[in-house]
Amino acid sequence: MKLLRKSIEKDNAGQVTLMPEEPEDMWHAYNLLRPGDSLRASTIRKVQTESATGSVGSNRVRTTLTLCVETIDFDSQACQLRVKGTNIQENEYVKMGAYHTIELEPNRQFTLAKKQWDSVVLERIEQACDPAWSADVAAVVMQEGLAHVCLVTPSMTLTRAKVEVNIPRKRRGSCAQHDRALERFYEQVAQAIQRHINFDVVKCVLVASPGFVREQFCDYMFQQAVKTDNKLLLENRSKFLQVHSSSGHKYALKEALCDPAVANRLSDTKAAGEVKALDDFYKMLQHEPDRAFYGLKHVEKANEAMAIDTLLISDELFRHQDVATRSRYVKLVDSVKENMGTVRIFSSLHVSGEQLGQLTGVAAILRFPVAELSDEEDESSSEED
Amino acid sequence: MSRHRNVRGYNYDEDFEDEDLYGQSVEDDYCISPSTAAQFIYSRRDKPSVLTEPLAEEYGHEDAEEPASYFTSNHQLTGVDQARLYSCLDQMREVLAESVPEQVMVEAVLNSKFDVQKALDLVLAQDSKGNTKAETECTVITGKATEGKSRESQSTRIESEVVRKVAKMTVSGKKQSMGFEVPCVVAEENGHGATASQKRPSSEDTSVTSGLVETVSKSALSSQTTQVSEEQSAAPTPVKKSNKMKQQIDVKAELEKRQGGKQLLNLVVIGHVDAGKSTLMGHLLYLLGNVNKRTMHKYEQESKKAGKASFAYAWVLDETGEERERGVTMDVGMTKFETKTKVITLMDAPGHKDFIPNMITGAAQADVAILVVDASRGEFEAGFETGGQTREHGLLVRSLGVTQLAVAVNKMDQVNWQQERFQEITSKLGQFLKQAGFKESDVAYIPTSGLGGENLVTKCESSELTKWYKGKCLLEQIDYFKPPQRSVEKPFRLCVSDVFKDQGSGFCVTGKIEAGYIQVGERLLAMPPNETCTAKGITLHDEPVDWAAAGDHVSLTLTGMDIIKINVGCVFCDPKEPIRVCTRFRARVLIFNIEVPLTKGFPVLLHYQTISEPATIRRLLSVLHKNTGEVTKKKPKFLTKGQNALIELQTQRPVALELYKDFKELGRFMLRYSGSTIAAGVVTEIKE
Repeated sequence: MKLLRKSIEKDNAGQVTLMPEEPEDMWHAYNLLRPGDSLRASTIRKVQTESATGSVGSNRVRTTLTLCVETIDFDSQACQLRVKGTNIQENEYVKMGAYHTIELEPNRQFTLAKKQWDSVVLERIEQACDPAWSADVAAVVMQEGLAHVCLVTPSMTLTRAKVEVNIPRKRRGSCAQHDRALERFYEQVAQAIQRHINFDVVKCVLVASPGFVREQFCDYMFQQAVKTDNKLLLENRSKFLQVHSSSGHKYALKEALCDPAVANRLSDTKAAGEVKALDDFYKMLQHEPDRAFYGLKHVEKANEAMAIDTLLISDELFRHQDVATRSRYVKLVDSVKENMGTVRIFSSLHVSGEQLGQLTGVAAILRFPVAELSDEEDESSSEED
Repeated sequence: MSRHRNVRGYNYDEDFEDEDLYGQSVEDDYCISPSTAAQFIYSRRDKPSVLTEPLAEEYGHEDAEEPASYFTSNHQLTGVDQARLYSCLDQMREVLAESVPEQVMVEAVLNSKFDVQKALDLVLAQDSKGNTKAETECTVITGKATEGKSRESQSTRIESEVVRKVAKMTVSGKKQSMGFEVPCVVAEENGHGATASQKRPSSEDTSVTSGLVETVSKSALSSQTTQVSEEQSAAPTPVKKSNKMKQQIDVKAELEKRQGGKQLLNLVVIGHVDAGKSTLMGHLLYLLGNVNKRTMHKYEQESKKAGKASFAYAWVLDETGEERERGVTMDVGMTKFETKTKVITLMDAPGHKDFIPNMITGAAQADVAILVVDASRGEFEAGFETGGQTREHGLLVRSLGVTQLAVAVNKMDQVNWQQERFQEITSKLGQFLKQAGFKESDVAYIPTSGLGGENLVTKCESSELTKWYKGKCLLEQIDYFKPPQRSVEKPFRLCVSDVFKDQGSGFCVTGKIEAGYIQVGERLLAMPPNETCTAKGITLHDEPVDWAAAGDHVSLTLTGMDIIKINVGCVFCDPKEPIRVCTRFRARVLIFNIEVPLTKGFPVLLHYQTISEPATIRRLLSVLHKNTGEVTKKKPKFLTKGQNALIELQTQRPVALELYKDFKELGRFMLRYSGSTIAAGVVTEIKE
């Protein structure tokens, strides 16, 4: 993402102009936009014209529209962002107040105006525009009969393909079916890798599995590559890195990212940092339960005591529709920063972010122990379902 | 000319575009006439309110049949009781008039043992519950509506605010001044205000009504689900007694006749990696004559060639190339052998840490277990310390319902059959097994040597052992195991552990029958796919049979179903009494030795019978006292090792589950996280 212009006034109202470049920037944009903002971008509109004789013609016109944002849709698979809203600017083709849906396009700038730019949003822009943050990693998490081919970018984990094959067990006297199914499974995974991983971008490919599956798979894939003279795979052989994981399910990716060999290579990725932060939280919960809080009420209480050392918060919470709820979270983040605490905003698209999201979305490691809230107080908060 | 459209040059893409047309309203998207809509579109508002119905019991087995047949067919009441029931009912009707369905009253009367006062209390309590619920629902609806209104007005306010702010923005526009900068702000605002006010009533209206619809549908949905659960819980009860009894006697009698009166027993062999499980059992099979000499000779030659002469016996059970090459069992090896009084289905589980999921599927089907430990110096300790599999396997099989255990202290020849070493190991293990919940009387210790083949089939002759050991040999101990009670009377259940194509039509599934019995030609229901099929053939120990009953490890040939729909972990059941399928359930769990505490949202791997399915902990409900089961803390923040707790789990895909209280064999599960077992539990309540 490139920041082209930024004019924010003293009352925090203002506008920025941004240029998305990569698919991931759409995710950032998704986190910046909120209903009520105004968005100005170039788009294509189908316009109907009626001539004097009554013949109707329609043609597509590229035009620049300014919308008051109503709904935002993000497709994480295709990395596309669609913004629907009403037109608030006189236009040659579009009436005022008419609905339109803009699909943000890469390499076309857009201008976003908010009446309230808060610290979280501004930090997000800064982060999105930081080129150092881009380190792409692909990962294949597999076990016998199940594989996930994922792409790990700084702020997203995208499952590109899921391969699931039924593999018959070995039985007395016949292993042929087992072996054949296994081979077919490896073939499918290898196909998925070639189809979904762009080796120009990806720095390394993690192959994670329990037992010997990863070794077997890599052997098979490179043997096949030699046989079919597949240059793409053979040239990128050094990028493959085998690590251990306990299963082939998606959340096992966390284990792969924790692996010391991987952590060294990916020390600058956000994903690895998030995994570590969450681990620290659980460790603290184990050793000193009074220094690890989760749940908004509890964390706010700890914040009142200025006890928060590290705040873990999911970016999902900032996408909240309700202004009051959102500003409550922003206030929390700001006040933790004021008190010299560190704030880690987790991406809800990462595995660790998913877990944090399940854990109410907000958690904190404290500097000193704070007595727990009594049970009655949070009775109401967890009752809703 | 204007009527002739330029078809050849027509751009169809434009027609498929879903962008709004100029000036078109959003609501006009559907082209359905109101009458069509009324006919085909389901509206929850048309349905009579369901809230007045009695609350469904969560999983009670009270029947929800017609009231008329209710007390005649299901509760066989004596004449006197029936009379009492009728008089009670009359008295209750005087008080309640027609406000309460008769069925509820009958139930209440039966529950309160013909005490009118108590029954009335019961009914009224239930009724008031229902009422208050309805009331709260109503308030919720109105609350929602007002909320929606206020939100709408708020949003319009915001809208106008945005416009004001927007107007202030400047754009270095290149082509026209129609950027953000608008020459006459007031006019713009006014214009916008006008359109907004024009538009507002309708949009507000829709949002409010949609809010209403939403709440209504929600309440309808919830009551519907309760209805469904009611139906589900009601379904298993009607039992065709007369018909079934006749067949049952058949099966029981047949069961005794079968195999020359020999009983079936499922045995799993567990232990740390390289303790010698496969070798021990391979040698046992060889000594029993289940492996012929020629094959054994072949294995010996081949393993010698591969430089692994000591693995020759293990090759009997480790059949895949990968397993033989690496010298590690990876999947459960299955075979059978016979003892004097029993037919044993042997499952050789892998010991390697990474293959514990496979081991669990094996152990879940076992009745008894042999724990193999390595007696040699350092090796036993390595397997027994934390991180070794001896402990984990021991805990796992106990949690999966195995109560009888034989400990084979293997490789005794390497320590010269020392009695001290044997006693050291047995005392250490004994303590641990006692903690794990095995009764001392159900655990036997046997010194063996898998490679040498001593003390396996016949008592050892080497003087070093006979000096101090007078007990049984391994085979005798296996023969000594007591077969567990099989639930033949319960409805049929089979958990699929393997799916494969065989020659001929259809396909095969294998698994252990956990309950009930099956005959060739019966129809079966597979859950979760919820499809029926026919069992064309049954194979037990590679021999075709006409029927099989609980405890048998069989493979079924099925027709009338696609193989793609069946996965490992599906459950085949009686179509009349299906197993329940859910994604959310409550369970009582025992937390094992864990490093990080469990919290809400923790991702775990659920191992239930043969399934391994990712799940998350949705809620921690309460911590229970270990022995008494009383609630010691409600809504704990986290769970640590050794705690006993009630939790709620959510799986990604639906799984077929049974309650522990209904089917002991099918109610247990294990939770694992990143390669270690973190908890064992039993299902207490199925949510949805």
